[in-house]
Amino acid sequence: MKNNVGRDIPEYIENYGPVKPFEGASANYGDCSRVSVNLRSVKPGESKLVETMDEVLDKVGIRDGMTVSFHHHLRNGDFVLNLVMAAIAKRGIKDIMVAATGIFPIHEPLVGYMKDGTVTGISVGYIAPGPVPKAISKGILKKPAVLMSHGGRPRAIESGDAHIDVAFIAAPTADSFGNMNGVYGKSACGTLAYSVSDAQYADYVVAVTDNLVPYPACPIEITQDYVDYILKVDSIGDPGGIVSGTLKVTKDAVSLHIAELAAQVIEATGFIKNDMSLQTGAGGTSLAVAAEVRKFMIEKNVVGSFAAGGITGYFTEMLKEGLFRNIFDVQCFDLKAIASLRDNVKHQWMSGSLYGNPHNKGAVVNNLDVMILGATEIDIDFNVNVVTGSDGVIIGSSGGHNDTAAGSKLAIVVTNLTKGRLPVVRDKVTTVTTPGESIDVLVTERGIAVNPLRIDLIEKLKATDLPVMPIEALKNLAERLTGKPDPIQLGDQIVAIVEYRDGTVIDVVRKTLD
Amino acid sequence: MSHNRSMLIIPGNSPKRLQDAPVFNPDILVLDLANGVKDEEKDSARLLVKEAIDFMDYERVQIVVRINTLESGFGAKDIEMISCVNLTGLMIPHANVEQIQEVEQILAVVEKETGLEQGKIQLFPVIETVKSLEDTSAILSASRRVAGAFFNGDGLAKELGITRTQDGEEILYARSRVAMACRVAGLDSFDTAYNDVNDLEGLEMDANQTRNLGFTGKSAINGRQIDIIHRVFA
Repeated sequence: MKNNVGRDIPEYIENYGPVKPFEGASANYGDCSRVSVNLRSVKPGESKLVETMDEVLDKVGIRDGMTVSFHHHLRNGDFVLNLVMAAIAKRGIKDIMVAATGIFPIHEPLVGYMKDGTVTGISVGYIAPGPVPKAISKGILKKPAVLMSHGGRPRAIESGDAHIDVAFIAAPTADSFGNMNGVYGKSACGTLAYSVSDAQYADYVVAVTDNLVPYPACPIEITQDYVDYILKVDSIGDPGGIVSGTLKVTKDAVSLHIAELAAQVIEATGFIKNDMSLQTGAGGTSLAVAAEVRKFMIEKNVVGSFAAGGITGYFTEMLKEGLFRNIFDVQCFDLKAIASLRDNVKHQWMSGSLYGNPHNKGAVVNNLDVMILGATEIDIDFNVNVVTGSDGVIIGSSGGHNDTAAGSKLAIVVTNLTKGRLPVVRDKVTTVTTPGESIDVLVTERGIAVNPLRIDLIEKLKATDLPVMPIEALKNLAERLTGKPDPIQLGDQIVAIVEYRDGTVIDVVRKTLD
Repeated sequence: MSHNRSMLIIPGNSPKRLQDAPVFNPDILVLDLANGVKDEEKDSARLLVKEAIDFMDYERVQIVVRINTLESGFGAKDIEMISCVNLTGLMIPHANVEQIQEVEQILAVVEKETGLEQGKIQLFPVIETVKSLEDTSAILSASRRVAGAFFNGDGLAKELGITRTQDGEEILYARSRVAMACRVAGLDSFDTAYNDVNDLEGLEMDANQTRNLGFTGKSAINGRQIDIIHRVFA
């Protein structure tokens, strides 16, 4: 069957089940419900502290077929996922579903577990290019991986679409009753936002910490009433891999040019104004857009209501300058962001559900004015791919991409027109992550394209001398520089399912051929 | 040629920079076959530049190619290959009167043999030696093709064995000499590039200083510098 973005999707996928096809970005708002949760009461005087990982696994009754979850706030410095999976594998447990909010190259041991059947399923909200997605693309994982968004994952958990047996929450700081935060400790990572739904809905919740502090571990992001056990280990992560100093605005001339154009679009369309809100990615070009917007804000004496997202030191400086009244933080990308979250009351953490779940009483993305997004590919219908490279290999998942595109009033994709020797703008993207109806503007170094659905933006940009042109013209320009790429050949096996934030299937990823 | 404010100089052996350059909208784009291109890469760079001029979207910029000196043995080959494509001019390094005239003779032959419009390709001598500084006026009048001059402060500093400084006092006389000579001749003058590409405030100060000396434009080595140069030399 064809879904709303014209992708061919089976009605049923083996090891996934019946497919609900994507019907449109706004098709599935309305009444929904949360799944009920079993509770086990803890009596006064009972200890939750556990001495070893083996003891933890005994207590949670680890067995074949369970789903275990992890957050990715420790990013490429995370030790906990590997620690837990090694202990599970050692017991000969099989058929585990790993429900991680994110997977990084440090999680390479998962490839071995995929091969020996310890792990047969993976779901993620974000996956970094590396050995795990490559292995998934080759069809090594028994069940198709499920690629979600940062808002779609908590939606799935809260609705019961995704059940977690045991949530292992890496906690940079925890106390003996399970209160935890991520802003203190040698492995500080900032907010623990992505693990909140796991804590609230998993059958068992285990805090894994390398910094057990006297009760209570304030400030408390995840409270003790959700936590079953606490395990102290030597180290939960490598600080060098958790955060990398302070992320900086790019110095690349082309990226800066793109950023200038994007900021001019934001200004010309009337979004530089008091109470504005802004989110960008953490990449150099995205931060460059923030830097250009900052100039406009200062020039016009504008104070924004909030900045949101994964937060970098750049935005914390804007908060200090008074350019925004508040920050909503779902992930801290650098040391400055961690310090700001810890020390500044106007820097507020938000759970993944509060951030982007479409099935609650209003996610923060709904309040977002401007979102700056990246893209591996974008097609002439403005559909965006951030999941696969042009060779079909998985290099990412939506993350917050389709959440913020859906919620924001102005979603801008910033990208070079060509990457390597490949055009970014195409007739059809290899994999759809974010539907074109939710993407408003494409800004490249050679021109700007506005989604024809946004007549309001087209009218406003007509009055400027910005290089606005049809997206087809950008595609032609790209192909003139690179040539038209041949379509890639992929196998029949579905190796991953791309779920839109509402749980419908927007696309599938097929096995790459050697 | 109308007043040109900026001259973006990029290495001719970098496909990425050849592709990216036009997005910065310099008035003149200089594709460099001389500085920064090793001898063993000169032939391939020449071919790459020729193909780039034919292929890239350079419609909105004027293309000038900095050729190698005739003494190097590469210069004549540069002229013969590059003159056949659609370009505005050639930049002549280590310019002197004799070299300008010799280039003119080669160009005349190439234009005649290939049926190109006679005299169309312009010349931009680079004033970067003590001798060329002394002979600036003569160089500017050595050929009707000369449309402007580029003062290369780094080249002059190298010959004199001096260090360039932020305030540029050591090249003040040279700058003034070139700017005035071009004014008298009614030609464009392009000042030396500001080398710290991350210091945009410093660039603006430097550009204002050289505009006040009488230059009509300035060269750039990075696309980020173009907007500031255009603003100063508006």
